[in-house]
Amino acid sequence: MTNAIEVRALRKTFGRATALDGLDLAVRSGEVHAFLGPNGAGKTTTIRILLGLLRKDGGEASLLGGDPWRDATALHTRLAYVPGDVTLWPGLTGGEIIDLLGSLRGSRSGLDPKRRQELIERFALDPAKKARAYSKGNRQKVALIAALASDAELLILDEPTAGLDPLMEAVFRECVDDERQRGRTVLLSSHILAEAEALADRVTIIRDGRTAETGTLAEMRHLTRTTVDAELAGPVVLDGLPGVHAAEVRGMHLHCEVDPAALNDVLTRLTAAGVVALTSRPPTLEELFLRHYSAERAGPGATP
Amino acid sequence: MTASALAGTPLANTGALARLAFRRDRIMLPAWVYVITAAIASNSYSLNKLYPSAAARADLAASGGRNPALVFLYGRLWGDSLGAVSAWRYGVWAAIFAALMSVFLVVRHTRADEEAGRLELVGSAAVGRLAALTAGLLVALAANMVLAVLLVVVLVVLGLPVAGSVAFALAITTCGVAFAAVAALAAQLAAGARAARGIAIGVLGAAYLLRAVGDASGAGGVSWLTWLSPLGWTELTRPYTSDRWWVLALPLALTAAATAGAYVLAVLRDHGAGLLPDRPGAAAASAWLRSSFGLAWRLQRGTLYGWAAGFAFTFAASGAAAKGIGSLLGGSSQLRNAFTRLGGQAGITDAYLAAIMSLAGLAAAAYATSAVLRLRAEETGGQAEPLLATAIGRTRWGLSHIAVAVAGTAILLAVAGVAAGLGYGLRTGSAGPEVARLLGAGLAQLPASLAVAGAAVVLFGLAPRASVAGAWTVVGVLVLIALFGQVLRLSQPILDVSPFTHVPKLPGAAVTVHTTGAPLLWLSLVVVALVATGLAGLHRRDIG
Repeated sequence: MTNAIEVRALRKTFGRATALDGLDLAVRSGEVHAFLGPNGAGKTTTIRILLGLLRKDGGEASLLGGDPWRDATALHTRLAYVPGDVTLWPGLTGGEIIDLLGSLRGSRSGLDPKRRQELIERFALDPAKKARAYSKGNRQKVALIAALASDAELLILDEPTAGLDPLMEAVFRECVDDERQRGRTVLLSSHILAEAEALADRVTIIRDGRTAETGTLAEMRHLTRTTVDAELAGPVVLDGLPGVHAAEVRGMHLHCEVDPAALNDVLTRLTAAGVVALTSRPPTLEELFLRHYSAERAGPGATP
Repeated sequence: MTASALAGTPLANTGALARLAFRRDRIMLPAWVYVITAAIASNSYSLNKLYPSAAARADLAASGGRNPALVFLYGRLWGDSLGAVSAWRYGVWAAIFAALMSVFLVVRHTRADEEAGRLELVGSAAVGRLAALTAGLLVALAANMVLAVLLVVVLVVLGLPVAGSVAFALAITTCGVAFAAVAALAAQLAAGARAARGIAIGVLGAAYLLRAVGDASGAGGVSWLTWLSPLGWTELTRPYTSDRWWVLALPLALTAAATAGAYVLAVLRDHGAGLLPDRPGAAAASAWLRSSFGLAWRLQRGTLYGWAAGFAFTFAASGAAAKGIGSLLGGSSQLRNAFTRLGGQAGITDAYLAAIMSLAGLAAAAYATSAVLRLRAEETGGQAEPLLATAIGRTRWGLSHIAVAVAGTAILLAVAGVAAGLGYGLRTGSAGPEVARLLGAGLAQLPASLAVAGAAVVLFGLAPRASVAGAWTVVGVLVLIALFGQVLRLSQPILDVSPFTHVPKLPGAAVTVHTTGAPLLWLSLVVVALVATGLAGLHRRDIG
């Protein structure tokens, strides 16, 4: 399996500020890869380097087998990009901008008109309106339609749903699923965790310009705790059991977080006490995230 | 204005917005005020040195004050005191710069902020709906008041009479304030900052033209046109000669009327909207729009149409004024002899027409600079990013706007030549030959105008952050050299810096390969080298 995007030890500084400090990122061909991090972590800087808009200061970056800086225009015929902050030409209509971006992108002529029309209807966009009259969400739709209607093999989407309402967000998810079916590669930068959770095959989490973690969600869950809520028939004692965190007992109700290695022991004790009701769920990405950044805040060694 | 007294009113937090505006303009604003003050002070000082005696100034008044081309440029001269000569030479132009300062200030803090969405953020705080407009006007008013005080101090220190200096300073700054109000009105009419500035500067251009034609038409002509122009009022105040204070009521009345109009419209319209609602456009792009050149043309064509209309009007009028030149000289046998020695009737007319064409070149250079700087606006505005993420290379993107700048500049200079040729030719009954002659003279300016745009390309490629200020500084310096270089007796090496110094003085000068072809050829090569340097820089740097 080849990688559509391969980034190693990428560095970029702006004056004295370090934006990227040894970032690694590998996006396999045909996967939807979520690129997660809080604001200012370096997601957009990474994407701009991949697009050849910024020059890297160190490390390696390859995109579709080429050099993103040197081969920029050749590579751009094979990708479509939706910026995080979509600004359009105020005097042009949405339809005009969709066609313009489509024509400028392709070696092939323009966009498939049927697909363009279908997407405009799906996203409920009025293509005859001037861009200055569009809301943020509508501007986002213009850029999304222009990208999704293209036949690019790689889609780079920088926080694409920031301005969309929940209905349109659902449409967007359907569309990304369609793209996955067609075998297109998607790099989806986001700080909306539910989005990554719903869409991504693999995830890279970055923090302060460095890769904090990368892998499938299943792999990451392996490293993390399961949340357990149980109604019990009798009292249970979990004290002294390694791998149990944030245990809280209220009457017959137990809430705790359990390391994967300790799950078996915990469940043995619970069944011994008698289980009335039990829910256990894998951690949400939100919790993964919180753990990563709260660990940073609390200082090294605070959480194993 | 305290926040408490105005809280909850449409003016709530005007003071906070005004302070924010001063903070944002802490460099630009003093720079404008300083440049205007310093230009007047240094020029008055050097006029004093150049023409120390009353007799020398009387000579200047007799020659320069009656030269229709100079009258067209600067206005009429009302006396021969040092103050009167200073006011003649720099009054109208200082008023133009004060007006420009006010227009940029007001639009920047009203419509530009609204368009960028910043006012929405501010407006959601406890800020009244008229606060931004009021703050913009207050900042412009304050800037003009500071300018007035500084001018009076500097002029009095230079030894000029106090009353005249006050009249001179107010004649300049009331014009600035009037254009602040005009800009405030334009910012309500237009939905975009660019268009708002365009309207206000268009009014300024029309004001200059009315004054210039009114002044140059001479006694018995249409000299009443000057009374219709805010720039004419600056001149008609006649500082240091008769200090006609009542004339200053005219700019103040215009200020009051335009401000009232702006407030009425501001109350009536929606946030973000202009007076005219947007009509729906095409749902699909035409074949023409589907390339980077098509896009650049589409983005810039409206501005070019505006400039072309202004050029046609201005140069038709200037050309028509050329015919009056000979008769104006009729009164002075001494002058007539001087000009006959210089080359006869055709000589003076051609000298005037050549000066007009040289002005066309300068104005076209300003257009070309603004067209090139559109690249920077697209970059900082974020529109360049999705474009450069397509198969459009940086060079092609840069060239698309540069091509519009080149074509637009050529069109403007052709319009100037044809309009002046028609204006002059129709009055003298030789339209055909005059149009051909002046079209050539106009297009001869093209390499020099484009060299100025080339400097903007270099700055955009190599020093993008400084490109806007830098490119306009270049234009400003060249305007100063062209308008005042001879008067200030600048040394030849300084004059040689300006590409316009090297343009053959057409019409009039002999057209040969050596005197006409050679300078135009090497100026063209300079343009190509500048553009190539700028594009090479663009290729190497970060975008954004």
